[in-house]
Amino acid sequence: MGDKTISIKHLVGLEGVSRDDIRIILDTGFTFREVLERPIKKVPTLTGINVVNLFFENSTRTRISFELAEKRLSADVTSFSAAASSVKKGETLKDTVQNIHAMKMDAVVMRHPVPGAAIQLSHFVDAVVINAGDGTHEHPTQALLDMLSLQEKFGYLEGLKVGIIGDISHSRVALSNIFGLLAMGAKVTLCGPGHLIPPHVSELGVEVNGDVDEVIEWADAVNVLRIQRERMGVGLIPSVREYRSQFGISLERLSRHKKELIVLHPGPINRGVEIDSEVADSDQAIILDQVLNGVAVRMSVLFHLLKPREEMEAA
Amino acid sequence: MRDVSRTLPEEILITGGSIYDPATGKSRKSDIGVKQGVLVAPDAVQTDSATSIDATGCIITHGLIDIHVHFREPGREDKENLQTGARAALAGGFTRVCMMPNTNPPIDSPEVVRSLLEKGADLPVQINVIGAITREQKGVELAELLEMYAAGVVAFSDDGMPVENGQVLRNALLYARDLGIPIINHAEDTHLRADGVVNQGALSTRLGLPGNPVEAEASMIHRDLLLAGETDARLHVPHVSTALAVELIRKFKGQGVRVTAEATPHHLGLTEDTLTGFNTNAKVAPPLRAEKDRQAIVAALVDGTIDCIATDHAPHTVDEKEHDMINAPFGMIGLDSAVGMAFTVLRQAGLAVEQIIDLFTSGPAAVMGMELTPIEEGAPVELVIINPDENWTYGPEDIYSRSRNTPMLGMNFTGRVSAAITSKGWFCRS
Repeated sequence: MGDKTISIKHLVGLEGVSRDDIRIILDTGFTFREVLERPIKKVPTLTGINVVNLFFENSTRTRISFELAEKRLSADVTSFSAAASSVKKGETLKDTVQNIHAMKMDAVVMRHPVPGAAIQLSHFVDAVVINAGDGTHEHPTQALLDMLSLQEKFGYLEGLKVGIIGDISHSRVALSNIFGLLAMGAKVTLCGPGHLIPPHVSELGVEVNGDVDEVIEWADAVNVLRIQRERMGVGLIPSVREYRSQFGISLERLSRHKKELIVLHPGPINRGVEIDSEVADSDQAIILDQVLNGVAVRMSVLFHLLKPREEMEAA
Repeated sequence: MRDVSRTLPEEILITGGSIYDPATGKSRKSDIGVKQGVLVAPDAVQTDSATSIDATGCIITHGLIDIHVHFREPGREDKENLQTGARAALAGGFTRVCMMPNTNPPIDSPEVVRSLLEKGADLPVQINVIGAITREQKGVELAELLEMYAAGVVAFSDDGMPVENGQVLRNALLYARDLGIPIINHAEDTHLRADGVVNQGALSTRLGLPGNPVEAEASMIHRDLLLAGETDARLHVPHVSTALAVELIRKFKGQGVRVTAEATPHHLGLTEDTLTGFNTNAKVAPPLRAEKDRQAIVAALVDGTIDCIATDHAPHTVDEKEHDMINAPFGMIGLDSAVGMAFTVLRQAGLAVEQIIDLFTSGPAAVMGMELTPIEEGAPVELVIINPDENWTYGPEDIYSRSRNTPMLGMNFTGRVSAAITSKGWFCRS
């Protein structure tokens, strides 16, 4: 399993990560996917390796997914959750760094409310840094699991047409998907309310189309982003009704298009807002595959980033 | 040698350089003497006992003037105080500075103005004070502008805090008009800026950081220019950062509106790309912009649309800058790198050394209505000696401020301050 090595030392984002590295991570992801289907789902790969999960922002799904991945690899796991307010209260990244040094950790998985926090952290620590979401910047393992799910479904990524629908401006999932999918040769079209499309985003190499039906007609798969409830009624999204009718992925809308469309959603789902239950629970949705693939791809990332360290220890 | 603000020697002899006087625009090759803080003929000093400065290859000119600094006193003396600020200024070639009023408490009353002027009186650098436009810089009620003027302020500004309310700014322009000193408005529509911490564009999108659009600056400058035209009052635009704003200023200036403007060394020398890698030391307000904005600012300095260079020297502690991109404060220090950056960039843009010196001397003096000290025998000494051709790398040892927040460390510059001399002290590199 995974004889090939990747060139990155940390996974702070997918911007700049090579196609080869992503390919290796996805391939090993499939191997771990098989491990997860076995009766005994644990391998001794990272025995003796210390991983800390630092979550400065609420997250259940991502944190559990990482913890599972770490435990399946037999790593020693410590998890730490702190309200985002402790960051605001003045704990600097430097304090975080010093704590990591003091705890002698091999890897840090960090969720942080501020863009760039994982990159800044990687400049300061010896430990491997894995970004579990930094504000509105990146969420690389989410994009990797999305790509693993698409690869699994279609068998290829090169030339695959993927629509990303929703509030792109505030989405780290969208940005990581853009970088990852483009690196793999896929085509990406963004769709959402005009003021929730990031400025100059087409310079990254994506198309923008505000008409969700045109995007559905074009795409092989759509990634439907969660609409943050807190953006409702503060002037950004006038109402659930309007959002649903203009951008929501309803069964009615999909039935107007005579085609097979694969639907992804990073979760958690607002049923009846960005996506209808009938769609989310249908066969064309691969949302639960994404959850399982999330564990597999995180195992792959941990394996590839920590393998050299383990070998160094053994030598 | 890091010895700054040393007691001025009884006699100094400066030899081998050429003297450029920005007040007259004339240059002459000449030695010059200083005796008890007064300029004298070279043969009026005792050659054996005088401290000699070899200015070969250098230009001797009027001390530089920085009309936009934050010295953090009172309130945040851990970042800078009058003394350390003056030390950094002198090492950067500046002999006069104008302090912005965003201190704690803010400089919004004649009492604070007087106390700062008293404290600064003996420093080797002339400390000037800018008073707040509104009480506590809140943008609501006018501060005691006339009392502060009587106490000695040289301009009014709520720096850092844009005066959002157009009526308040209009009232200030009219109220202060007859004083002849400028109103300086930090121009950013705060709603358009919102949480923006970097220039809005492809880079902010890539970094996932909230962007500050060029329109946030340009739209408020446009409003301010219209009000300055209508009231026929004096407006000064600080730290112009966008090509859009340059165009507006050029247009209104052409129509005779009484507007002046400044640009910072960082906006004329750096772009938003400095932020790649999430360097909090490059986080500044207004933000570093795109290359086309930078070029527009350089062109505006060349054609006179922008009148002067001012550093917006904004010291912050290392601890504060070690925060993340959202929570780290805005601002960078600039006094000790200003000459290096400006000479490097503006000479490449085709400006002569003398023209760059004007942007640091007669330009800012005209904005603030200051008289330059003549460079002639009998006048008090207020000089800087600059080697315009010296190549150097800006390093930590070049920082004389109490803070060290700058993204310019490691940059190579051409043009360096060798010495700065006033009647109350001097800095000499060698």
